[in-house]
Amino acid sequence: MKDFAFSTAHSVDDAAHAAASGARPIAGGTNLLDLMKLQIETPNRLVSVRRLPRLDRVTVTDEGGVRIGAEVTNAALAAHPLIRQRYPLLSRAILAGASAQIRNMATTGGNLLQRTRCVQFYDMTDACNKRQPGSGCGARMGGNRMNAIIGGSEACIAVNPSDMSVALRVLDATVHVQDATGRVRAIPVASFHLLPGETPERETALQPGEIITEISLPPPPMGVHHYRKVRDRTSYAFALISVGAVADIREGRIVSARFAFGGIAPRPWRVEAAEAAMANRPAEVATIEHACDIALEGAKGYGDNDFKILLARRTLVATLLT
Amino acid sequence: MTGIGNGVPRVEGRAKVTGAALYTFDLQPSEIGATQPILHGAAVLSTIACGRILALDTAAAEHSTGVRLVLTHRNMPPQAEWGPLNANVRFARAQPVFGDEQVRYFGEPVAFVVAESFECARAAAASIQVQYEADQAHTVLDSEHGIDPAPLHGGQSSDSSVGDFHGTFATARHRIDVQYETPYQNHAAIELQASIAAWDGDHLTVHTPAQITSAARTGLARTLNLPEDRVRVVARLIGGGFGGKLPYFADAVLCAVAARQLRQPVKFSFTRQQMFTATTHRSAVSHRVRIGVTTEGRITAISHDAVSQTASFDNYVDGSTAGAKGLYGAKAIRTTQRIARLDLPRSDSMRSPGDANGSMALECAIDEAAHACGQDPVAFRILNDTRVNPTTGRPYSSRHLVACLQEGARRFGWEERRSGRKGEWLIGQGVASAMRDNLVRPSAAQVTLTPAGQLVVRLDMTDPGTGTITILTQIAAETLGLPMEKVTVMLGDTDFPKTSGSGGSFGAESSGSAVYEACLALRRRLDDMTKGRDASPETVLRLVGEAGGVTAEGKIAPGDETKRYSEASFGAQFAEVAVNVHTGETRVPRMLGVFACGRIINERTARSQALGGMIWGLSSALIEANNVDHRGQMAMRDLANYHVPVLADIQNIDAVLLPETEPVANPLGMKGIGEVGINGAAAAIANAVFDATGIRIRRFPITLDRLLPGLPPLA
Repeated sequence: MKDFAFSTAHSVDDAAHAAASGARPIAGGTNLLDLMKLQIETPNRLVSVRRLPRLDRVTVTDEGGVRIGAEVTNAALAAHPLIRQRYPLLSRAILAGASAQIRNMATTGGNLLQRTRCVQFYDMTDACNKRQPGSGCGARMGGNRMNAIIGGSEACIAVNPSDMSVALRVLDATVHVQDATGRVRAIPVASFHLLPGETPERETALQPGEIITEISLPPPPMGVHHYRKVRDRTSYAFALISVGAVADIREGRIVSARFAFGGIAPRPWRVEAAEAAMANRPAEVATIEHACDIALEGAKGYGDNDFKILLARRTLVATLLT
Repeated sequence: MTGIGNGVPRVEGRAKVTGAALYTFDLQPSEIGATQPILHGAAVLSTIACGRILALDTAAAEHSTGVRLVLTHRNMPPQAEWGPLNANVRFARAQPVFGDEQVRYFGEPVAFVVAESFECARAAAASIQVQYEADQAHTVLDSEHGIDPAPLHGGQSSDSSVGDFHGTFATARHRIDVQYETPYQNHAAIELQASIAAWDGDHLTVHTPAQITSAARTGLARTLNLPEDRVRVVARLIGGGFGGKLPYFADAVLCAVAARQLRQPVKFSFTRQQMFTATTHRSAVSHRVRIGVTTEGRITAISHDAVSQTASFDNYVDGSTAGAKGLYGAKAIRTTQRIARLDLPRSDSMRSPGDANGSMALECAIDEAAHACGQDPVAFRILNDTRVNPTTGRPYSSRHLVACLQEGARRFGWEERRSGRKGEWLIGQGVASAMRDNLVRPSAAQVTLTPAGQLVVRLDMTDPGTGTITILTQIAAETLGLPMEKVTVMLGDTDFPKTSGSGGSFGAESSGSAVYEACLALRRRLDDMTKGRDASPETVLRLVGEAGGVTAEGKIAPGDETKRYSEASFGAQFAEVAVNVHTGETRVPRMLGVFACGRIINERTARSQALGGMIWGLSSALIEANNVDHRGQMAMRDLANYHVPVLADIQNIDAVLLPETEPVANPLGMKGIGEVGINGAAAAIANAVFDATGIRIRRFPITLDRLLPGLPPLA
């Protein structure tokens, strides 16, 4: 590990100033420290955003939604009564990820920023355009079981590994950020994670110096909440496929349904047109398969991950119809 | 009551669960008798699979903060040649490190930095630049290109043939001819491979978690051209061995060389990522199994041809065919083992080496044979039982495979089992036989009764977490009629009498018998001192005190019985699986293993051994594998990607140890327990998956993508 300086910010302003001058924010450190040990990330300075005032709570908004402080831990968020009662999708998604120990450390803001688990990204001896722009993509040469089938590019087929983000995408979350000048921005989670294109090293819409302060959720949509995660062992593994969904199905008809896939794309994969195609249709396999076709239009495998196309379809049907 | 048979807790258990137990890398200067601080090492690994180092730029590292030494092939002192390949003890071969500029596999150590702190060493290692000239690497295991390993083993062949296999198979009513593939696996023990070396004048002490300390000592002495009596190897506690610490590794050699040059102790541990290439792994194996069966369900012909990977410079043979040779009473049996020497890291022993994966292929093929002739898989195995090893012609000294199958079937509810669909899960059950050859290896022990009445037992045996310290304490306590707290067992030091070490299921009975014999010898000495009179304990202690303590030694070696008998532990594995009809996810709601392994010294540690093996079997069936990428690199190199089961993967699991006493192998009536638990466990699960889905997957592990195309269409 390379030497680095460490400081603690006591206000968002502090943190934003530090970040603007090149410090890397660190909260739980459950991802960043691993990457630093392998020298995949080599920041000169870290600024802890673990002790920012008032960002460790979940509150109800005037509109009937919730605001979640960026420093709320994954464990606290999943266990919060407001979330369990009104946004069980979010609770379930968080609890499907990592381990209890990691969830105790990881934060909401940090989870949104967690980086891909692509094997080649982690192998400093392999080519990776995300880690070292222009070096190529080792994942296209094989060993891509965990990689994307949609949303990737020539340059990068890495997957966003977050379970929480899948739920946030389905729930239409908004990410609130603030920079060193005090300017605040509200970024819809739909545009928070970027597709790789030719610049896979750019992963989010955050500008240098911006600090995530809160995530807000509108009132929960009508319907039953589902989070189904399919993986290579029963727990403590990243998703091969996950489905986050809220479905209002009555008397054999889909009144409304929304869903996003995790584990298949560089960001939570939600296609609103696919959801529209299900509305007011019979709740049967053909309806779901049609919606899945729309959602996964253009999907392709790279060898080891070919199976994900079939698995996504079957998992979506199983999630919505059983 | 502290004696044999009881499930007494581990002697060192509390220290381990409270973190007080010290493993090699934990040791501080005072604990190794050093007065100087210990320096830290860090290694750089190769990034090509085959070729030469053209240039090594170590300038930045040499000038980096705190750095004391950078070792590469350019400044390594002379070492012995690798080998000899066909050494008597494979783990005692010379293993030079940085011998020349050649690179033999991806992830081979090519440079070593020693610095005043761990952080300094790692930072400097990261600054080393290496340029290579790569040759065409051969890294793909191809069953067509296996070579006969016999010439690399001094002409000794592991092939076997009895009867006329080809003729018998050709005329069999039912013929199974199938190809199974088992994958690369890595040990992933929690304790990393690490060493601390310190010199006292021209005497070297290396602390390293070697399962066989004497072999590591001989190997290090050979490598460094030292007389053996100037090398001591110490392995007090080992945090998981599983065969992965049977060899010694580059860490020991590098620490020894650096500590001599710097005249200061040096410690070094490979990182978790480095463990996957810089140590040894279980080879992938390609198995062809053929089984011929009569109309009545009698097996007449079996063959098992295995092709495994070995390193380009090595001769290790995996893919054992012991099950084919000895499990069932066929009149015609032939087996072959071939190796492919590839530009990959060394393959070597891993938990039940050879049999763990050999039994996956054989016991699935046996299931296929049972189905082909319409027999119940339990009844089919019982029908084909044998009292005599059909390949050697020697009777088994003790063999209760049928009892294991029957007791297992009864406890598991085999007759009442229900397959079929339950909600979104497809339920199925499977069974497999387990066998592991039994071995006794020469071992000695020394026992000393101190004037204070404490019995101190010394031997160079090791405890890789299996419970050896505890069972040796029990054996000594029982033999001398002492309470356990009056016995202190000291292991893992080449200053103590030489034993088998731990491995191959031979450790407990070899070292246990040596301790038993030493205790008997001590009793005879005490009897002599009391002149055969019935002396009170007080009198004995007084006499021992006057003598300043009494010491005796005992030993065991395999005798004639191995020429007259076949010896093996047996078991039966049962599993129930639930396969998700939509996604192909497989869960294992129930596993039961019933084993007959001779006399059980400690039910608790023995059962743990069996359960651990069964869980690894589950892992092999469904979860665990590594792959070689297009560059020859092991693709999975951390515990996030190299999957082993987590607690949630293990549901209702039980292991039962049938009462049995082995009559000939050793005076304690024991047999090996460390490895039989994994054998057949994966096959039982694979057979259950077939029962549940009708899908026979012949490439392990059975991950959901392999099941998906065969699952029923969405309803």
